[in-house]
Amino acid sequence: MTQEFEFSDELVELRTMVRDFCREFSPEAVVREAMESDTGHDPALWRRFGSELGVLGLAVPEAYGGDDAGLVAQAVAVEEMGVALVCGPVLGTVALAMPALAALTDEDAKRELLPELCSGAKLATLVAPLSDGTLDVDAVTVTATTADGAWRLGGEVTQAPDAGTADLLLVVATTDEGPALFAVAGDAAGLTRTPLTTLDLTRRQAALSFAGTPARLLATGAEALGACARAALVAGVLLAVEQVGGAQRMLDITVAHVANRKQFGQAVGAYQAVKHRCANMLIAVETARSAAYHGVWALQDGTDDPQLAASLAKAVASESYAWVSTSAIQMHGGLGFTWEGTPQLYFKRATTDSLTLGTADQHLDRIAGHVLDGLVRA
Amino acid sequence: MTTAPPATTSETLVEETARRVVAEHPPATTPLPELMGAWYDAGLTWVHFPLGLGGLDAPRSLQPLANRILREAGGPEPRTVNTIGYGIVAGTIRRYADTALAARLLRPLATGEEKWCQLFSEPGAGSDLAGLATRAVREGDGWRINGQKVWNSLAHLSRWAVLLARTDPDLPKHKGLTYFIVDMQTPGIEVRPLRQLTGRASFNEVFLDDVFIPDSQRFGEVGEGWIVANSTLGDERTSLGDRVAARGSGAIADALALWAAHPERHTPVLRERLVRLWVRAESQRLTGNRARVAATKGVIGPESAIIKLLNSELTQHVYEFCIELLGPEATLIDTYSLDAPDDESGPTAIQRKYLRSRATTLEGGTSEIMRNVIGERVLKLPQELRADKGIPWKDIPR
Repeated sequence: MTQEFEFSDELVELRTMVRDFCREFSPEAVVREAMESDTGHDPALWRRFGSELGVLGLAVPEAYGGDDAGLVAQAVAVEEMGVALVCGPVLGTVALAMPALAALTDEDAKRELLPELCSGAKLATLVAPLSDGTLDVDAVTVTATTADGAWRLGGEVTQAPDAGTADLLLVVATTDEGPALFAVAGDAAGLTRTPLTTLDLTRRQAALSFAGTPARLLATGAEALGACARAALVAGVLLAVEQVGGAQRMLDITVAHVANRKQFGQAVGAYQAVKHRCANMLIAVETARSAAYHGVWALQDGTDDPQLAASLAKAVASESYAWVSTSAIQMHGGLGFTWEGTPQLYFKRATTDSLTLGTADQHLDRIAGHVLDGLVRA
Repeated sequence: MTTAPPATTSETLVEETARRVVAEHPPATTPLPELMGAWYDAGLTWVHFPLGLGGLDAPRSLQPLANRILREAGGPEPRTVNTIGYGIVAGTIRRYADTALAARLLRPLATGEEKWCQLFSEPGAGSDLAGLATRAVREGDGWRINGQKVWNSLAHLSRWAVLLARTDPDLPKHKGLTYFIVDMQTPGIEVRPLRQLTGRASFNEVFLDDVFIPDSQRFGEVGEGWIVANSTLGDERTSLGDRVAARGSGAIADALALWAAHPERHTPVLRERLVRLWVRAESQRLTGNRARVAATKGVIGPESAIIKLLNSELTQHVYEFCIELLGPEATLIDTYSLDAPDDESGPTAIQRKYLRSRATTLEGGTSEIMRNVIGERVLKLPQELRADKGIPWKDIPR
């Protein structure tokens, strides 16, 4: 086993492979085409990520169609997808649904549902209020009733990531005995999906309405809560490395721009005010990378309290990505404010990421609970 | 020359040697020079140095193992015995001194009996070190030195110094420098303590008035002082990576202790400020770990370039938080006397650390220069316009 922050040759090769693939098959022109399409992504490209590259199920055990390569490997792939701003259900399928399913004890469900997600043949998402970093039971708006052994769901969900195109919805609903986790087919009767116009067009959301929608019970009670908690942690750290990838890309294009753009007879990157902001961007990216990968390692190897490490990762990466992407707009001058410019795409992703799965302030509050609130001199 | 033994053998050798030395010389009862002398004679001071010069020809990566055994037995962190000697000078001696001179210098350096200081910076050459004006003029079998140095830590206690001086003012500034070592007892050297805003004097000004240095104390070729100095500074950076700090250690530990001691002063605003400082300390600590892991694989990444900058600014912000938490009480200090206790202890230690922290963004490269270094060397951005490039040093305006 490698120590924390030791990236094996295999991981370095994996990173190069995903990077090269994204450069060739998901360059910015492809991203822009996908984000202006109806569904927001190209299912064929997603299948290639799953089957050809095999990078969607890296953290899923082999018995369920994955590679069992671990969460660090999955993080490396997600970071590179963040660099390229790949359109596809990374959040819904890889970050949320897969870890939720993998945490279940229901072997049949796992063997049935996970392989098609790993191969990219099918898409999924988790419909659950996780903004607190764990499942917020009071915020569940779907209810489940049973009759003759069959479960049906009712209620409304105003926003769910990747829910418009998902073949499989994992839905948390309230039963008489508390929250439980259900599987709902994307084309189930009594399910209405309304695509929403998203601030970040590369990451779609939908509103859901359940009206007597048939559902399959996957887990109840503590197991359902545990699966959601695990998904919240994994999704938090994967989103953090995705944020690092996007921030790195913003740093790279900004440095390239200010090194070439000339004003008053010299490259603007030679001006100290510009240079120092770029140095600060590098610092923001690198500290976020340390915090994000520490979070990933903590979940993979248990090097730290998983809740604390995940909150640290998400808080630092959220603030870093938001600041670095706004800096990229500023450093690109007027061009940075245009639709044609690259920074706006990442700025919108950064904004969305920072409001997904808990804001930086929410995570800081949780960290304070861990490290400060118990501190009183004996 | 035989080939190096396998790593596991070296590891066993270092570990067993270290355990034997601390057993034969219990740190609690052995005078420091004797303890560190035995440590040196056993080859544990710099395990990667040659046999007979304080080393075992072992991999450098085993040094933390030896140091840990010494520490756990109650011995000192070796660097603290002779901070500049260990951190800055020893590697340069090994590289540039002949074996006889190295043998003469290294043991008393290792034991702390001969302290070392660094005569680099000058009143007119701080961040722009290569602009220095101290002259070294050839005279017979040696050199005659005249000039003034400043910010010389421990110069008042040191027997030896490393010195960077200008030997050719007609060349561009980096080309005309030469590197020497100086016996601080040589006639013509005057050391004056420089009192800081803390009231204490840990730095000095050093005046060199017709000081004679034999040519045998020149390190490297004439005119190549900048290259030697850079190898010295490289050692300084590498040697810092030996220890992994614990979570919540360093300056942030003071803030956490103060927070725990004053529950009556807790407010939501201060809680948010402190948790933000904690998060900065933690992400910076993790970045240090990343840099250390990368360094063991021979990869020097951008991490090491940013740690100094982050650490110095965080230290200031932590102590600003601390005195605000203390409130009006922080407006008092126990003493400004020149020989006040160190910054670490006493009823107003926080106040003294707060005052001391203003130096962190100046010493070892100002934050402004560090950001330039990161921008130009790490991000490869174009250099600032420089008025001194390619110009003979004597023609540069000053």
